[in-house]
Amino acid sequence: MTPEEAVMTQESDASVPEVSEPGASRSGEAVGALASPRPRIDVSGAATPEGRADTQTVFHCDDIHVYYGDFLALRNVSLDIAAHEVTAFIGPSGCGKTTFLRCFNRMNELIEGARVEGSINYHGVELYQDEVDPVEVRRRVGMVFQKPNPFPKSIYDNIAYGPRLAGAKRSELDDIVERSLTRAALWDEVRDRLKTSAYGLSGGQQQRLCIARAIAVQPDVVLMDEPCSALDPIATGRIEELIAELKTEYTIIIVTHNMQQAARISDMTAFFSVQANEMGQRTGELVEYAPTSLIFTNPDDPRTEAYITGRVG
Amino acid sequence: MSVFTTPAGIATNAADALRRRPGADVAGATFKWLLIGATVFATGFLAVLLAVMVIDGWDVLSDNLGYFLTHGFSQRSAGEAGVWQGIIGSLQVALVTALFAVPIGVATAIYLVEYAQGNRFARIVELNIRNLAGVPSIVYGLLGLAVFVQTIHGFTNGKTVIAGGMTLAALVLPIVVITSVEALKAVPDSLREAAYGVGATKWEVLSRQVLPAAMSTILTGTVLALARALGEAAPLILVGAATGFMTFGDANLAETFTGPYTALPVLIFSFARQPGADWGANAAAASVVILVLVLAVNGLAIYLRNRFEKQW
Repeated sequence: MTPEEAVMTQESDASVPEVSEPGASRSGEAVGALASPRPRIDVSGAATPEGRADTQTVFHCDDIHVYYGDFLALRNVSLDIAAHEVTAFIGPSGCGKTTFLRCFNRMNELIEGARVEGSINYHGVELYQDEVDPVEVRRRVGMVFQKPNPFPKSIYDNIAYGPRLAGAKRSELDDIVERSLTRAALWDEVRDRLKTSAYGLSGGQQQRLCIARAIAVQPDVVLMDEPCSALDPIATGRIEELIAELKTEYTIIIVTHNMQQAARISDMTAFFSVQANEMGQRTGELVEYAPTSLIFTNPDDPRTEAYITGRVG
Repeated sequence: MSVFTTPAGIATNAADALRRRPGADVAGATFKWLLIGATVFATGFLAVLLAVMVIDGWDVLSDNLGYFLTHGFSQRSAGEAGVWQGIIGSLQVALVTALFAVPIGVATAIYLVEYAQGNRFARIVELNIRNLAGVPSIVYGLLGLAVFVQTIHGFTNGKTVIAGGMTLAALVLPIVVITSVEALKAVPDSLREAAYGVGATKWEVLSRQVLPAAMSTILTGTVLALARALGEAAPLILVGAATGFMTFGDANLAETFTGPYTALPVLIFSFARQPGADWGANAAAASVVILVLVLAVNGLAIYLRNRFEKQW
């Protein structure tokens, strides 16, 4: 789906196709919203969560702050993630893009002392409220990590692990495994050795296995944290092709250090930057959020331009 | 020629500049020989110890082994004394020790690593447990006497196998906790995240991923701790292991857990303090027996560990 198509879909679907900036007073947010020619759905105007669920917005983030203990790692992030698009987070090291990514499936709370403030609304449900079960969130919002991390089990059991936890019947598992591996473009390479250890696969194959494992539980969103940083260019190319195919079914959010990669595969790009306060604490913030084509051709913020042209970072 | 020749200098005079100089790394070579010397000393020391034990106990081991292994202690003469009760007692005590130390120790480690997650409380507890591992075993004997023999007399029935096993469990508990903590910490977080990422609950992550991954190390550490317990004499003497003649009476095996008992190291102590060379031979032979026993337990652990790794 090109950005233009996305705009059309959104205009036709959205009950309130009004251009507005819910966070206009916040610098990072305002910059992104103003730079975008794409109508932002006015969720602040939608009174009921049901009204919001009809739109194409999967996540609506408002004023996110993330703390590790007393340390403020990320401040003031507000953005919307659209369905069936690839959204890329780019920015220099320590800018909080991975931290932000891990907010979407409540992975941050596994870290001692981590705290998320603000609101992330997922299909009309406030993610950070006590009634929400993080385990259920992670079943719907899958994750692929920086280093391939298959379980020390067979290829088959790696894929079947999640569905088994979710209560899949034994008779369904063979189908799920084949479908997931096919979807991750790995089936033909491993069909004859499903019962062998996943550690026998190459790095690129292991990462595709991890993608297959993530989609085996039929998630809604797949989060990817620099999925190609440990891979060679050929394996990276295969993963990128895969991402392009997967977005027809899944919403994908990807963190990448590789700006060419973001430009190649994403529909929307969020640029994060990092600022040190007088105490020397480095806090990340969202600088600009816009369609990828715009970010890379006509960025609104001078910091974005400096970063993508290679003058900073 | 100076050590730091210029690139141009090397180019014009490569053969000379690159030639290996004898004695260039005397310190490194000396260090290597020191290390080899230390290794030889350590293994040699052990070998001599073993040889002395086998030679001293040879009379018993060669002529009288069957009788020695199947008869109880006797004060009448060295030739009539055997270690049967010691073998049974040691195995019983080890069993009780394992029953108490392993579940409690592993559970403590799981709590400290997976639930307390390195908070202040966990750090203080861990530090104290590490210190406890250094407490002399005789102190645990006193603890056992005061608590397991006297305070909870109703449960242990006084100076019995259960009291001895619990005392040794207290002794090895810190070792079990520490090795289990290290084993759990060595499980990479990426494994936990992978499991959480597909919607596993904390229990599912622990029981299906983290514990299996750590289990072989935990097993090894636990068995090493039990081997140490098998060799302890001092605390057992304090909590009532018999140092002289004893009888099970007509008690069956289950009943012996709550009756008088002895253990191999205690028997060695008993043999060694009797006058005469033939008693010394008994002590040496009993030492060989306990060594074989410990090796057998370790072998069992290696077997279990390999099985475990394959199955997982």
